[in-house]
Amino acid sequence: MGFIDRFFKQPRWGVHPDDNKRPAADVPLRVLPPPARVYLPLHQHVGGAARPVVLVGQKVLKGQLLAAAQGNISAPIHASVSGIVSAIGEVTAPHPSGLGFAAITIDNDFADNWIATDPVADPFALAPEEIARRTGLAGVVGLGGATFPAAVKFALGKRLAVTTLIVNGGECEPYLSSDDRIMRDHADQVIDGARIVMHAIGAREALVGIEDNKPEAIAAMTLAAAPFPEVKIRPVPARYPMGSDKQLIQTLTGKEVPADARAAEVGVLVHNVSTCAAVHQAIRLGQPLVERIVTVNGGAVAHPGNLFAPLGTLVDDLLAFCELKEKPARLILGGPMMGTPLLHGKIPLVKGASGILAFNAREAIVPAVGPCIRCGNCTRACPMGLLPLEMAARIRAGQLDAAVNFCLSDCISCGCCAYVCPSHIPLVQYFSHAKGELAGRERARLRSEAARRLIEARVIRLEREAKEKSAAAARRKAERAAAKAKAAAEQAQGETA
Amino acid sequence: MNQTIGMPVAAPHATTSNSPGRVMATVMAALAPATLFGFWLYGWPAIYLWSITIGFTLLGEAFCLRLMGRKAIPVLFDGSAALTGWLLALSLPPWAPWWIGAFGGLFAAVLGKQVFGGLGQNLFNPAMVARVALLISFPLQMTAWVAPLPISSAAAPGLIDGLLITLKGVPPAYDAVASASLLGFAKTELSRGVDLLQALLHAPTQAWYGSRPGSLGETAAWLIAGGGVAMMLLRLITWHIPLAMLAGIAVPALILHAVDPARYLDATTHIFSGGAMLGAFFIATDYVTSPNTPKGQLIFGAGCGLLTFVIRTWAGYPEGVAFAVLLMNALTPVIDAYVKPRIYGRDRRGVALEPVK
Repeated sequence: MGFIDRFFKQPRWGVHPDDNKRPAADVPLRVLPPPARVYLPLHQHVGGAARPVVLVGQKVLKGQLLAAAQGNISAPIHASVSGIVSAIGEVTAPHPSGLGFAAITIDNDFADNWIATDPVADPFALAPEEIARRTGLAGVVGLGGATFPAAVKFALGKRLAVTTLIVNGGECEPYLSSDDRIMRDHADQVIDGARIVMHAIGAREALVGIEDNKPEAIAAMTLAAAPFPEVKIRPVPARYPMGSDKQLIQTLTGKEVPADARAAEVGVLVHNVSTCAAVHQAIRLGQPLVERIVTVNGGAVAHPGNLFAPLGTLVDDLLAFCELKEKPARLILGGPMMGTPLLHGKIPLVKGASGILAFNAREAIVPAVGPCIRCGNCTRACPMGLLPLEMAARIRAGQLDAAVNFCLSDCISCGCCAYVCPSHIPLVQYFSHAKGELAGRERARLRSEAARRLIEARVIRLEREAKEKSAAAARRKAERAAAKAKAAAEQAQGETA
Repeated sequence: MNQTIGMPVAAPHATTSNSPGRVMATVMAALAPATLFGFWLYGWPAIYLWSITIGFTLLGEAFCLRLMGRKAIPVLFDGSAALTGWLLALSLPPWAPWWIGAFGGLFAAVLGKQVFGGLGQNLFNPAMVARVALLISFPLQMTAWVAPLPISSAAAPGLIDGLLITLKGVPPAYDAVASASLLGFAKTELSRGVDLLQALLHAPTQAWYGSRPGSLGETAAWLIAGGGVAMMLLRLITWHIPLAMLAGIAVPALILHAVDPARYLDATTHIFSGGAMLGAFFIATDYVTSPNTPKGQLIFGAGCGLLTFVIRTWAGYPEGVAFAVLLMNALTPVIDAYVKPRIYGRDRRGVALEPVK
């Protein structure tokens, strides 16, 4: 990049951390030997957890449905190896709490028997709704990390008449190269998947944004996209968080997604390159999402690189295959900027896991936190134009409402502010804490609202019942009086007769 | 691998190698050329005063930290107290007695900074708080300027003589060097009814490279500006405050000087005199006490510049940078409350944009 470009074409927001992507990105893709056992969590996506449809002891084939989608926003889970369902129970979730969540365990029979698939020769002859249905049944979710069910997004795009599909090949997180690898090795699958998605949502063009620190991927994708003029490869400056939907949309189209609105409302829909490849496999080959490319990287890894691994493989198995040079000082699921720290390696690979990082002691250093010197670096780095220092100061003082007035809800938790902070203040933690607290308050408000409604309804019901009772009593009294009067009248009549 | 690897830590798991200590050290490095030039120009008394001012600032800081039961050493190493003392020293008359530096240093650290809660909490620039306190308390010592007497010249006080000047005051033998700063001279002459066209003919000598009566930070205006530009290139500060402040001084000076050169000094003299350069690049740009949005910084800088010009031109004091900066410091929370950046997906008032297909 030239001098002029560097000074004038770089976005004003964001940070430029050491990307640490190579040499892992340049190592050819390796296929992980299938593990003896896989653990497939029922909740690997945004929305409702899947509902198991198999029984313990049942024999399953690779690709067989294990748990069906439940609710409007959900995704099914499929067997990633063939074998026997040995347990349906709790495993540790990829979450810093280390709490458990439900998963189906399969003992691998190493037969690698696939279930019968239903390939489609010409997806463009299918109705868009059919593509969405098949994608949904294949359990495809956003593989960039958001894990939003792809089919739901297709329906949304179709309904809001999206014109532009943005294919996200930004992969701005340092250390990660799984998207880079899929673009280098399977560019044709990505482009084909993107064209199928275009058909599914009715988009006229696809813009593929790839950070310019991945020249090999750009070359491979340009070649693969050459026959299709509607698919345009657009290199974008390497700047974190370029791979964030809002920032990529702004860079590629100049449009801003309004606050409290969805990208589809400005006519664009973003799908990750790996998601596009998964759509290609789901439609063209009829294969559900049971494997993915995952980057294993970090200073503690002896042979870092990208692995093609069945979902449900334990992090320990992935690390063992790449060999550890030393005991990791920190394990991270995802990238270093937004990833989740893992308490141990007995955690399964999930759909949204683009990377497993094993940091050595030097990488895992947590610098001492100092006071805010109001240098404003966070403000300059924030890709959303927020004032992290002001929000954090208020959250620190317990003034959550004041923080909300600074548009806390617009924070995308990208971590730029905390990254540049010279005093190493854990700003994202402040914001996550406040968001959690506010969400808790909102839940409590809804609960008390519901309770109030119930009480009001009860009062009304009791009043109505009392009224009905007294009316009934009055009626009975009147009836009794009438009967009495009648009897008296009859008696009187008898006497006179 | 089976046991817990560590306490959960929040993302991001990467961070800059920058630190407040490094920021302060870089600022000090940017100040060093101007300071060394000042040392050369004013000799040993200036070096002693500089050391005493910084020493007492550190002492004040350490005293407060101990009072709070905190460890002083790590905090002293963040360099902020040393920088405060340094900036204060650069704004003092170079041959001022030791207790000016001592009192100023203590005042800056204790009342300027620690009383508010330490680094990052103070509303006003500590160095300027101390300078104003000194100016009001000891007007005589704070306006006793001397003509430069380069350390290499034969007449310059030596190691011991210099110490005596700082400790016991300027002996009569050196009375010849007493002089006035240009701004002070102009103010006195104007108040005597002499117009500037006449007065400036016999003004104290001003060399283009900065050899002139004044504080260390006044004489080396070019080097100060050079240090400021270096800080901009290192992205420590942005151009907004320095440029706005210098423009705030220069624009009214240009206009009024054009209208009546007999009553108003020209823009160049204004910019290169007093604390204008030091103020624009090093004082007003203090992170803690200035707004943190570009627009807010432009308003703040322009306000500092305009107030400096107003005080210099119409108020009782010949120099007004310190007062101007303090007044604008007081406005910083107000500016920050009203001038905010536009948020992605929202308009300037914070209302969500309309979706545009």
